[in-house]
Amino acid sequence: MYSILVGGGNVGLALAKRLLGNNYEILLLEKDPVQAERLAALIGESNVAVGDGCEMLVQKEIGFGRADVVIAVTGEDEDNLVVCQMAKVVWNVDRVLARVNDPAHESIFTRIGIDDTVSATGIIYSLLEQQIMSDTVLPVGALGRGNIEVMEIKLSNRSPAVNKRVRELRLPLQTNIVWVIRGDQGISVDGDTELLAGDMVVALVPRDGAEELRDALVPQKP
Amino acid sequence: MKVVIFGCGRTGSSLGLQLASRGHYVTIIEQNPSALRRLGKDHGCHIIIGSGLDEDILNKAGIEEADAFFAVTRGDNTNLMAAQIVKLDHNVPRVCVKVADPLRAEAYRNLGFFCITPSALTAGYMRDWFTEQPLEAISEYNVLPKELEI
Repeated sequence: MYSILVGGGNVGLALAKRLLGNNYEILLLEKDPVQAERLAALIGESNVAVGDGCEMLVQKEIGFGRADVVIAVTGEDEDNLVVCQMAKVVWNVDRVLARVNDPAHESIFTRIGIDDTVSATGIIYSLLEQQIMSDTVLPVGALGRGNIEVMEIKLSNRSPAVNKRVRELRLPLQTNIVWVIRGDQGISVDGDTELLAGDMVVALVPRDGAEELRDALVPQKP
Repeated sequence: MKVVIFGCGRTGSSLGLQLASRGHYVTIIEQNPSALRRLGKDHGCHIIIGSGLDEDILNKAGIEEADAFFAVTRGDNTNLMAAQIVKLDHNVPRVCVKVADPLRAEAYRNLGFFCITPSALTAGYMRDWFTEQPLEAISEYNVLPKELEI
């Protein structure tokens, strides 16, 4: 499998090292000759080429036509977009992957058919969001004229409910855990179901039971 | 008509002045305020400082009501990306892109974009001037010269 990486900054270099370590055939393309020389000293001359990855002549020379994967990881979204788009439409490369620096640009990449994008900001944000949202009891709906609430809780590894069976939990009266979402699988729940860290628990709770549910599932603040 | 021009270099400023003096409603997007001096005084264009790749800036420039968009910064890739944002996300009916690299221009012409390659126009006109050929339509010059095909 031949992978072309466009952009020899920190991301490109780290990625190139990992791929070489796993014995993949790669070529790291870098526009700046001085930086390219530095890269060649680090990962070997035969794995580095100098040139602008947006230039069709360069693309031809380094073999876009026989690449299985083209990965664009420069710091400029417009460059990554053009590299990937040309790889797809001019050279029929099967798989292209683009680094997206500004998450607001992700939609245009998708719109033009570059389906695989990686946005560092997006990843950090979603990790952060998971941290913030764990152990928070969120009302997601109401049933029976508002007398029963549907609550959602994501269990952190500090939750007192983790590694316990549902029957061992001290749930409020008339409260039912109806569903657990684990990864992207939904699991129907009975008394023997064991809860794990990271589970998204969906419960039906009488209106005044939310506080007690929180006590059963959410770690006490120190 | 309402037009939005991204880039106030030699091309963008000249285009903006020519269209504004013909009564069109011209909005110019430019990142660098000092580039605006090219417009002189009383230029009659509306100015938005920022990048044409930025959704908020495009909206501020009135992209939703624009009849045409011209991407004329000095960066081919910036122009090509902006052109695709306004065409796909904002349905601007007419989009014109300046692309200096003739090969890249050809690739995007094949995708349906109207790309103007200044060097190809200049070289073609100069060739015909030198060989004393009658000048032809722009479409005869604004193509990938066959000597450059790969």
